Amino acid sequence: MDFASTLRMAFRALARNKMRTALTMLGIIIGVGAVIAMVGIGQGADDALQKQIANLGSNMLFVSSGSVNFGGLRVGWGATKTLVRDDVTAMLKECRAVAAAAPGTQTSAQVVYDNDNWGTRITGTTPDYFEIRTWSFQSGSSFTDDDVTMAANVAVIGETVRKNLFATTDPLGKTIRIRNLPFVVVGVLVAKGQSAALTEDQDDTIVVPLTTLQKKITGQPWLRFVMVSAKSRSASYAAQQQIEALLRDRHRIRPEQPNDFTVRNLADMADAASESSKVMTLLLGSIAGISLLVGGLGIMNIMLVSVTERTREIGVRMAIGATESDVQQQFLIEALLMSLMGGAVGILVGVASSFLVHSTVGWPVLVSSQAIVGAAAVAMAVGIFFGLYPAQKAAQLDPIEALRYE
Amino acid sequence: MCAQPTNAVSVRELERSGPGANDVIIQVEDVHKFYQLGETQVHALRGVGVTIRGGEFVAIMGASGSGKSTFMNILGCLDKPTSGHYLLESTDVSQLDKRQLAGIRNRKLGFVFQGFNLLARTTALENTELPTLYARIDQAERRRRALEALEMVGLADRTDHFPSQLSGGQQQRVAIARALVNRPSILLADEPTGNLDSRTSVEVMEIFQSLNNTGLTIILVTHEHDIAQFAKRSLVFRDGKIRRDEPIQNRAKAAEVLKTLPVLED
Repeated sequence: MDFASTLRMAFRALARNKMRTALTMLGIIIGVGAVIAMVGIGQGADDALQKQIANLGSNMLFVSSGSVNFGGLRVGWGATKTLVRDDVTAMLKECRAVAAAAPGTQTSAQVVYDNDNWGTRITGTTPDYFEIRTWSFQSGSSFTDDDVTMAANVAVIGETVRKNLFATTDPLGKTIRIRNLPFVVVGVLVAKGQSAALTEDQDDTIVVPLTTLQKKITGQPWLRFVMVSAKSRSASYAAQQQIEALLRDRHRIRPEQPNDFTVRNLADMADAASESSKVMTLLLGSIAGISLLVGGLGIMNIMLVSVTERTREIGVRMAIGATESDVQQQFLIEALLMSLMGGAVGILVGVASSFLVHSTVGWPVLVSSQAIVGAAAVAMAVGIFFGLYPAQKAAQLDPIEALRYE
Repeated sequence: MCAQPTNAVSVRELERSGPGANDVIIQVEDVHKFYQLGETQVHALRGVGVTIRGGEFVAIMGASGSGKSTFMNILGCLDKPTSGHYLLESTDVSQLDKRQLAGIRNRKLGFVFQGFNLLARTTALENTELPTLYARIDQAERRRRALEALEMVGLADRTDHFPSQLSGGQQQRVAIARALVNRPSILLADEPTGNLDSRTSVEVMEIFQSLNNTGLTIILVTHEHDIAQFAKRSLVFRDGKIRRDEPIQNRAKAAEVLKTLPVLED
């Protein structure tokens, strides 16, 4: 039988039971729609993460003090006093994969301007810090190396701090008080927003010269971290190894002892974060895939019912000359038609619900053409897979028995 | 039902391929058929042999369980004999595979059933076209042949009607048109009048007689003696064997019988 006639016949058979066909298709619609929406959400999250990491600078390394055993007690971040500025100088001189390094330390403090006050994170560092982190200024500029040398009372503030202390006034040149010390605002950072990788408000910060913080606020001469940039992303692993070797040597750590510092490689963090979002995509996709599978079972179920109901019709068709493959083809095309139409509607539903999720919940959603093509292909495969058994059952009916069927 | 033209079939001469009148068209030699029915083996046919020539009109009779249905299924290539030979136009059908048998059913045989067996919600024309679909004939030719076949059975004005909109007699005529559409050499009818009232039965027999007059071989299974009287030859089955094989004496002419029957209006 030619394809056009088979198709027309399949359409008619499906139209004969509109409600049943619609309900069967609904299984596929929900399945395909769910796959597209879920994969869209997963890929959107991954995409957003990748962009954020690219913003952080993928060749960045973060050396932090801490991680040391005090008689069996392991202490984290910033607990040791061994990381110092000379380490940074040596790093720049000896580690060939290192492009720049900014020493830093951190504390929290209440900041006051006029009648307003705001508790925030105070970072003390050198001007290189802004370049390594690729932070730029919306007004003013960074403090200078001279400011660091002289431990000047100058500060760079983030957008969140600006909003809380200087609602309408221009903060440049104004004096804020940090732990009662006056600081002149010299720059305001461009807003960067929430960081998914670091889970903190990157704009809620004040940056001052390292020496100012060490000498006038904390009174601690050691560093809590060093922000390092490698010469390239591929060099970041080499930089990590070089820094570890150098610091172990400088801190006189014996081979069997653990590091008294931690080097985190942002390329590693990016990979790990990306890996976890891929796992999430896979998980969401497979849960949605299960509903597609259930939709396929619905098709098989209905096709089996249809074969039983139409036993006589099958007998007549065989008596007037339909071959087994004619009958098989007829039922297979009916199943395929249901799954393909369901798939097409499901794609629309999936894309629409992705946009709905994006506009209502605000999650980043990325509906890729691969997901759509993939869903269409899977819908087709489901139709063939679940249509084959009923179609074969129809084709293998004995025409005499089928004609006698009541 | 309105009165039908009595010359419905003779309007158009059928083009028929294959052997002409009087050539042997069916040769059955010592056919046995066994069935396995649960634990018991049923010996449905116990050595049946018969020769049917082109242009014959054979009525097969017998009680239920006599083997006539089994014999009909074998003639219709829906079933194969357990032993013996069935030669259809000199081809030994028992040697063919399922696909080839489907081809023979499609092109050489036309089936008419007791229960009409039309596809619901499918027009008379499309029902008639169905065998041509499996014969892989192009669309224009399919339509032409289906219209021609419907015209032969006097239903040219009902092409777009659904089976539910047709009377039993009209449905059976659509079924006959469907059986004729691929221009078969043999028409096999299994109790074609079993579901019809007596006047409609005679009308169907009138169509069969005029088709037979054009040279079509017809084999008819019936248990009604009145209906068998319209055929030319009768085979009587009993216990899986042919007990009697004789020409019909005083053959009834359907066109004349119709004149004696009252016209029913519905």
